[in-house]
Amino acid sequence: MVMVMNDVTKKLNSLGEDILNDIEKGKNPGMEIPIRSLSNIIYNKKTKQLTLGNKKLKRSFFNVAHSKKFMQTLLVAAFCKSLVKENIHTSIRDMYYNLKRTFPGSKENTFDQQSESDPIIVDLEVMLNVLREQLRLTTDRKGIVAGNVVIRDRGDLIDWSKLGSGGWSIPSTVEEVEFKKVDADFVLVIEKNAGFERLHEDKFWKKHNCILIGTGGQAARGARLLIQRLSSEFGLPVYVFTDGDPYGWYIYSVIKSGSMSLAHVSDRISTPNAKFIGLTITDIFKFNLKKCTIKAREVDIKRAGELLKYEWFQKPEWQKEINLMIEKGVKAEIEALSHRGLKFMSQTYLPEKIKNKEFLP
Amino acid sequence: MSNDNNEKTAEYFATQQKEISVSQFFEKNKHLLGFDNPTKALLMIVKEAVDNSLDACEEAETVPNIKVVVKNSEGNNFRVSVTDNGPGIVKEQIPKIFGKLLYGSKFHHLKQSRGQQGIGISAAVLFCQLMTGKPAKIWSKTSNKKYTHYCELLIDSNRNEPDVIKEEDIENSVIKEHGTKIEMEIVGRYRRKQGVDDYLKQTSISNPFAKITYHSPDGKKTVFPRSVTKLPKPAKEIKPHPYGVEFGILDRMLKKTNAKTLVSFLTKEFSSVGSKGAREICKLAKLKKSASPSSLKRAEIKKLLLAMQKVKIQRPPLDCISPIGEEEFKKSLKKEYPEAEFVTAITREPAVYRGTPFQIEVGLAYGIDGRDDKSAEILRFANRVPLMYQAGAGAILEAVKKTDWKRYGLQQPAGSIPLGPLIIAIHMASSWVPFISESKEAIAPYPNIVKEIKLAIQDAGRKLSSFLSGKRRLGEQKRRLQAFERYATEVAYALSELTEKNRKEIENKIIELIKERTKLRKDGDGNE
Repeated sequence: MVMVMNDVTKKLNSLGEDILNDIEKGKNPGMEIPIRSLSNIIYNKKTKQLTLGNKKLKRSFFNVAHSKKFMQTLLVAAFCKSLVKENIHTSIRDMYYNLKRTFPGSKENTFDQQSESDPIIVDLEVMLNVLREQLRLTTDRKGIVAGNVVIRDRGDLIDWSKLGSGGWSIPSTVEEVEFKKVDADFVLVIEKNAGFERLHEDKFWKKHNCILIGTGGQAARGARLLIQRLSSEFGLPVYVFTDGDPYGWYIYSVIKSGSMSLAHVSDRISTPNAKFIGLTITDIFKFNLKKCTIKAREVDIKRAGELLKYEWFQKPEWQKEINLMIEKGVKAEIEALSHRGLKFMSQTYLPEKIKNKEFLP
Repeated sequence: MSNDNNEKTAEYFATQQKEISVSQFFEKNKHLLGFDNPTKALLMIVKEAVDNSLDACEEAETVPNIKVVVKNSEGNNFRVSVTDNGPGIVKEQIPKIFGKLLYGSKFHHLKQSRGQQGIGISAAVLFCQLMTGKPAKIWSKTSNKKYTHYCELLIDSNRNEPDVIKEEDIENSVIKEHGTKIEMEIVGRYRRKQGVDDYLKQTSISNPFAKITYHSPDGKKTVFPRSVTKLPKPAKEIKPHPYGVEFGILDRMLKKTNAKTLVSFLTKEFSSVGSKGAREICKLAKLKKSASPSSLKRAEIKKLLLAMQKVKIQRPPLDCISPIGEEEFKKSLKKEYPEAEFVTAITREPAVYRGTPFQIEVGLAYGIDGRDDKSAEILRFANRVPLMYQAGAGAILEAVKKTDWKRYGLQQPAGSIPLGPLIIAIHMASSWVPFISESKEAIAPYPNIVKEIKLAIQDAGRKLSSFLSGKRRLGEQKRRLQAFERYATEVAYALSELTEKNRKEIENKIIELIKERTKLRKDGDGNE
């Protein structure tokens, strides 16, 4: 799975060579970039992942509308090449500042805003079929992990079981993290940081021999890749635990099938075997949490209606849950379980569900 | 009561009524001629003297050299002197030309001339005299005389006769070969805009063969050089056309003619009337062909006039007009607006209104400094004389507003003057220019005249339009080229990083490619 560094260098190199070739032949130099709009996103039922179709866009130098983006793309590519060469990482914001300059004798800048350089990184990922992480670009850390695992990260050995109250915060690049020891029966991914804290304090991962990952909302690419690696490299089952509403369920679907905006990397960072552990609308009634529900707003119902239509939600169990939510007009947060006692979640709810294999696909 | 009535009888009034001379009439009605406005008064004096000089030079076929000096002598008094290199005036004629109103050759003739519009140089002398009490001073030298004749004269307004108060021959004078200098003093106000400065600048545009040197009241010397050295072909005098006469004129012509019969009167005194046409007129008017012209009664004259306008008669000859000329017009606009990026001029073929031939010319100068978002400036000329007042009226303004300037790439508020750094100069040359009012500052909007002006504007507008679209295309291309060139450096840098090849070499290749590709584009655009 992890690509050899030389491979990325080679790809960047041939991007340059191809364009140089165009120039030497007197052709309009250009590059082909797969289109990432919704019209070119396909759900692959076999792999259970969102992928990009074959539609491509040509970005060329002598097209007035493309000229600047063409130049910007090459600047980002060259920047990544130097990162790979020197084996250093940098944030996408650093890159923006590094590449920003004013053309001599004019008021025009290479880049005016970070929002101009960010999409170009994705363009390069798609075009070269590499990950941003391989291009040595990082984003902010997001997500925490704890469990009986030892890793080597940039030469340091880190034991995820000995990090006190904090846990290891997941970097945006986990491609080159080396697993030294993985002792776990499953991975539990929890959407809420507060929920992670609860389970961590209760030593849930120790008692149930699992790896506990908190994503803090929508899972960042680092967390998604980490989940994917734990699943594919160690065959661990992955259970996802989110709020009982359409947004929580979509977080699960992104971990499992990939997101629309990053459909091009779905095969690298999604975990098709992931299962959904909770919260479901059925749970609300089963565990008598009716008093702790929140009335669903109009936008929630609308979003639920959208989920109903997504191809990857066309499973009877999901259709039943979503319809139930629309019918009852309620939703619930993970924290609602505390209504039954602060340790209800770690001592009763989760262990029972796992024992009974009460998952949604 | 009856006594009072008796006093105010016709006989009583007759004792009070006196004949007024032309001079006295003008004296009492100076506002009619615009002398109530001090700025305009000063301008009128300069204008009369300069027009007079230009006419004198042209008649003698001399390329004019004119010097104008305006000095603030005391209080609101301005001393104006105009010197020309014309033929000069013989001693005996000087008092008549400068000191007797309505004296001269122009008044009874149909010929394109400047003087048609003015009040005449003698009226200028009279007004100066009325306002300051000072005489006009005249120097004149003819080429066969050694001395310059100098005289000072006033006008006796009761008799309309010149009153020479001083005269002498002087050896040393301002006049070298031949020419005339006149000096007058008037109460006025000096203003640059719409005053003497603008008038002389515009005169230089419509008279490209004249050199004018101007010393302004603030001591500044401006030279308006000539842009061509050849005099225009002189305007020919023509007889009136039957379609263009009015009762009064016809009456006077009938009284004055030497012709013995009506038929010979019609063929001799009018243009385009042959014996066949003359006979037809007589027949239609039910008048004898052999009738004596001077014997016609009022009713008969009316019938004759009506018949003259009904019978089909050829248009008048058109070669009597002397336009500025396209090349000359262009050259003078370029000279006065050196910053203009584009100058064009159109001279239409002559046309006819009410039996009077006329010719329209339009000059456009684009790219005038400091006028980007303002309305275009309109310069109006009639028989080479700038029209300085009544800018908001007349045929020229109407035609400019009625033209759709958007077609030619300019912005134009609905029904208004177009916007942009543009000068629109329009000249009407004619053996008789019809004016809206006595002050003769706006051309009457006869449909034929407005139509001709519009057609001329459209011809010139099309040329401007192709210049502007070419300019836009060029600008677009230049911007595109500049963007490519700007990006080339960064692209070369990136490519050399990616491929690890020489950056300078890559950059040169890209620059070469840009040159080649944009050249191709240009050819492509040319075919569109």
